[in-house]
This record gives sequence, C-alpha cells and structure tokens, in this order.
Amino acid sequence: MTNLTIADKPFSSRLFLGTGKFGNLEVMRQAIIACESELATMALKRINLQSEADRFLDALQISNVNLLPNTSGARTAEEAVLAAQLAREALETNWVKLEIHPDPRYLLPDPIETLKATETLANLGFIVMPYIHADPVLCKRLEEAGTAVVMPLGAPIGSNKGLRTQDFLEIIIEQSRVPVVVDAGIGAPSDAAKAMEIGADAVLVNTAIAVAQNPVQMAIAFKEAVKSGRRAYEAGLAMPHTEASASSPLTSFLLGE
Amino acid sequence: MRSFKEIFEQYSWDEIKKRIYAVTPEEVQHSLYKRKKTLADFLNLLSPAASTELETMARITQSTTQKRFGKTIQLYAPLYLSNECQNICTYCGFSMDNGIRRKTLNNIEILSETFALKEMGIEHVLLVSGEANKTVGIDYFLNAIQLLRPHFAHISIEVQPLSEEEYRALHEAGVHSVLVYQETYHQEVYQRYHPKGKKSNFSFRLETPDRIGQATMHKIGLGVLLGLEDWRVDSFFNALHIDYLQRQYWQTKYSVSFPRLRPAEGIIEPNFIMEDRELLQLICAYRIWNEDLELSVSTRENEAFRNHIIHLGATTMSAGSKTNPGGYSVDKQSLEQFETSDERSMEEIKKIIREAGYDPVMKDWEHYL
Repeated sequence: MTNLTIADKPFSSRLFLGTGKFGNLEVMRQAIIACESELATMALKRINLQSEADRFLDALQISNVNLLPNTSGARTAEEAVLAAQLAREALETNWVKLEIHPDPRYLLPDPIETLKATETLANLGFIVMPYIHADPVLCKRLEEAGTAVVMPLGAPIGSNKGLRTQDFLEIIIEQSRVPVVVDAGIGAPSDAAKAMEIGADAVLVNTAIAVAQNPVQMAIAFKEAVKSGRRAYEAGLAMPHTEASASSPLTSFLLGE
Repeated sequence: MRSFKEIFEQYSWDEIKKRIYAVTPEEVQHSLYKRKKTLADFLNLLSPAASTELETMARITQSTTQKRFGKTIQLYAPLYLSNECQNICTYCGFSMDNGIRRKTLNNIEILSETFALKEMGIEHVLLVSGEANKTVGIDYFLNAIQLLRPHFAHISIEVQPLSEEEYRALHEAGVHSVLVYQETYHQEVYQRYHPKGKKSNFSFRLETPDRIGQATMHKIGLGVLLGLEDWRVDSFFNALHIDYLQRQYWQTKYSVSFPRLRPAEGIIEPNFIMEDRELLQLICAYRIWNEDLELSVSTRENEAFRNHIIHLGATTMSAGSKTNPGGYSVDKQSLEQFETSDERSMEEIKKIIREAGYDPVMKDWEHYL
C-alpha cells in the first residue's frame, strides 16, 4: 500500500487517534502503540505548559508517534491562532489541528472562523489541519488559503453514527488536491473501512476507541479496518450495480438484430 | 430585553406538579427509548412513575455520559472569599441574622489560600461569597480575580446576582463561568425563605442567567436548592430555564449542580427530604434528556454516593473542599456555609476515580480561551 504524505512527512499508518475521553492514560498509551498510529491529537487546554512534567503529555511520549496539538475550546479565529502560537513555542511543533467550535453542544466547526484562522496560520508557517463540515466548497477555499489537509466530519463528533455525510465526502475526495482525513463520527471499524474504500486518505478516531470496553483491542480492530479499506481502494473496488446487466434490451437494436 | 420571565409566567407550578404525578409507566417507557428527547421526556423521567425504571435509567446514563464526556471526571475546589452577607436565607449558615464571626479575605489571605489550593493540584477554582455589596462587590471580585488569574487555568464564580455590565467586566478579567441558583422556582416559597435583603427580589434573580448570557460568559451553572420545595417540580422549572437559555445563548455551556440542603449552624430542617435514590433519578433524568449538560456533584454528598456517581452521569466533582473563608490556610476555624459530607482529600478522591476506571482531570481549560 502507498504511504500517505502530509507536508512532506510520510505516514505509513492512515489511522490518526484522538486522545480525549480515555479512562486511564496507560490504556490510552497502549491503544496508540497497539494500532501503530503515527499521529495523535491532544487538546492543548488539557496540558499544563507551565509545569515541567505533565502527566498527559508524558503518557504521549511514544516513539514514531507525532503529536498534533488541537485548539479545542477556541471559539474564534483569534483564540485559535493564539493557541497555535503557544503550542509552537511550548511543544516545538508547527503542526496544528484547527478546531473552532463556538457551539458547545454539538461542537460543530465554525466555517468562517476556520477559514480565517487557516489563512493566518498558513501565512505564519503552520501546517494546518482544520476540522470542518463536509462542505466541498469550503474545502476548495481552504486549499487556496494554504491548508495542509482537510478534515471533514462523518457525523457529529462523539456520535458514533458513521458516515452520514458520505455523499459530500465523495465530492470532497473527488475534488481535493490535499489529503482528506475523515474526522468525527466514526463509530465502528466498518465505518473506518468504508471511509477508506471511498478514497479518504486517512481517518481520525477517538470516542469509539477510548470508550470501548477494551480500548486496546478496539484500536487493533480499527488498524485492521483502515488497512483493508485502503487496500480495497487501491485494488480498485468494484462498484455495486443497482440493476442487473445480463441483456441490453434498450440498446440491442444497435447490433442490427 | 427578552428574558426567561416571559416563558416562566406561562407555566403554573400546580399544573406542572399535577402532570408529574400523573405520568404513566407507558409514558416513561416511551421517553426512555425515544431518539430525540424533549422537556416532556424530562418531566416523564423525573416522575414517581419513572422511579421503578432507575436501573434502566442508570444504564442509559452511563453509556450516554461516556460517549459525550469519556471516562473522565473534572475536579475543582471552592475558594470562599467572604461570609459577610446582608441577606436572610433561613437555610444558610451565612444568613445575616446568624450571629457568626464574619470574615472577608484580604489580598495576602487570598494568595495564601491560592497557594494552599495549588499544593492540592487545583487548576479549576470556584470563588464563593455571601452577598455584601458594599464590602464584597464587583471591585472586590475584580481585584481578587486579578490576583488569582495567573495561578489557575479556569475560574468560576458563585456570588450574588450582578448586572450585565458587571458580568462583562468579570468575563474580561478572566472569569469563564458563573453559577447562580434560583434556589426555588416557587415564588411564594422563595419569598418565605428570603424575607430580607436584595435576594428577596425573585424576578431579579430569575433573570440573572439572561444577564450572564448577554455578557457572553462561556458557561452558566444552574440549580435549585433541593429540600426547599418539591424537587421534581423545581427541577422541571430548572430544565425549562436551561432549555430556554440553550436556544437563546447558543454559544454558552450549561452545567447543573445538585445542592441538597445540609445541616449548618442556626438553620432550619429541610421541608422536603430528598433520598439518595431520588437524587440519582434526577441526575439520570438530566443526562437522558440532555446529553451535553455538565453535571456537578459536590462534597455536600456522602462518600458512598460520590463513589458511585463517578460512573453514573457526573462530569465534575469538587474535592477536599473547605466552605469557610480562609479554610485552607488562613483561618481554619471560621464558620462554614455548610458541613461537607465527604471530607476525603483531593488525593484520595483521585484514587477513587482511578479505581472506578476513570481519569481525574485537573486541567481542561486555558486562560486565553
């Protein structure tokens, strides 16, 4: 299978992990290791940047795993840009997952603030990975603004509802010049496999693993699903046919019978 | 300004009470398994008829809370700034007619308490005071917040109702969340318990969350004092209030607390005793109705209840709390607002949370947010 490349960085795993909601940081660590993910996001607001040792940050020090700070909690472009700058300073990374949700109920991303923040951060040299609605036009606008990837949602975050936005995801995948990472809503390994089958470049999973009865086993299940979904995509998945095609009653006259 | 008062006045206490007590087991079943829940479902789920379904409610509560909040519990501690008070609240230890020694922390004392809380690992602090507008008014709070802000990631405040401008000033100074409890939505009973002082104005208090919302505060905490009136009816009105606020101030988060009346010096016995089983039913009803409400359980509750509530809907807990000004370091003997039932230390509570398979979260906010 081909590698994924984001901003010149190759990834051999197409499964990204969110690190919220785990009941036990050691289990979180084991789950990340078990699924061989190379990119884990973490909420900046949960880390104590002032103190020398932070339990959460310490648990995420795993070889081959890149940390992707996210701006969760930010409600405006301004707050998100500030968060990204603090993260760059404290964690020495210019990668940032942009999450701007003024709505605290469904944590739905604000497209206007996200576009603004992407423009600013890209100009400041950040590798920007914005969490967005499955909005194909917004994706093109973000590309123009210099985004590194787009991260459209499959369903409301934490809902485990799967690919409710599949029609729009397919348009985004068809049109995109940057990698498409399906973020939010993926509730089961089969959802992840489906996202990969339709051509997503990667998926980001959190709740479905963190809240599983056995997070480590669930992480492995997702690893396998993502791999087989991607393999199927690359192998050229046969599209389902809605009608039988044994004979051609409408066009057989062309054969001059 | 449009406010909750308009909506509140369309409802009658007695009507709601009648409805709650007439709920049938069939209606409870319907509400339990419906996909999108409404206020009518909340009413059904807090009814006496739903009490036989507590195990089912607990199961739904557990999985819903885990899905939305994960296996985590946020921890905080209160910092009591003052027990001066010009109100008479017949159930409260700080009541003006209660002949206790009054204490308001000065700058040095505030910092001393701050360092004691930091020693405990506290990052989320809740500032509390009585209502004494002349000595402990907005200027006092702004000064205290300026002192505290560099030391805490998240500052909440639970003080007398203020004006919209004052809430704006608090927000700009670094307050993220304001808690204000209506105590009871039964107007005549409210009047009886709050005969004197600024607090006797029922409507001013009722419209306080609107003023907080207008001031674009991040979070508003609501609740009723469980024990003043019938908790089922009062809780329905509290949910009605939240339902209105969530539509009106959609960028604000909401939390609910469950203060059950506890013994304090010089106060009366609660009129309505709420059993543990009923408190659990109420917590479950809130969670099943509204998946994203933060539900907070303080040290008013006893150890056994708190041990179990970790995985039954709670998202936020206080620990190691002192409810008297200076209680952590300055003046450990000053009079407390209420007796805490769970006197275990922060470290002990963290251990209990971990043993329940949950992660105790000390910090989940940044002051630039």
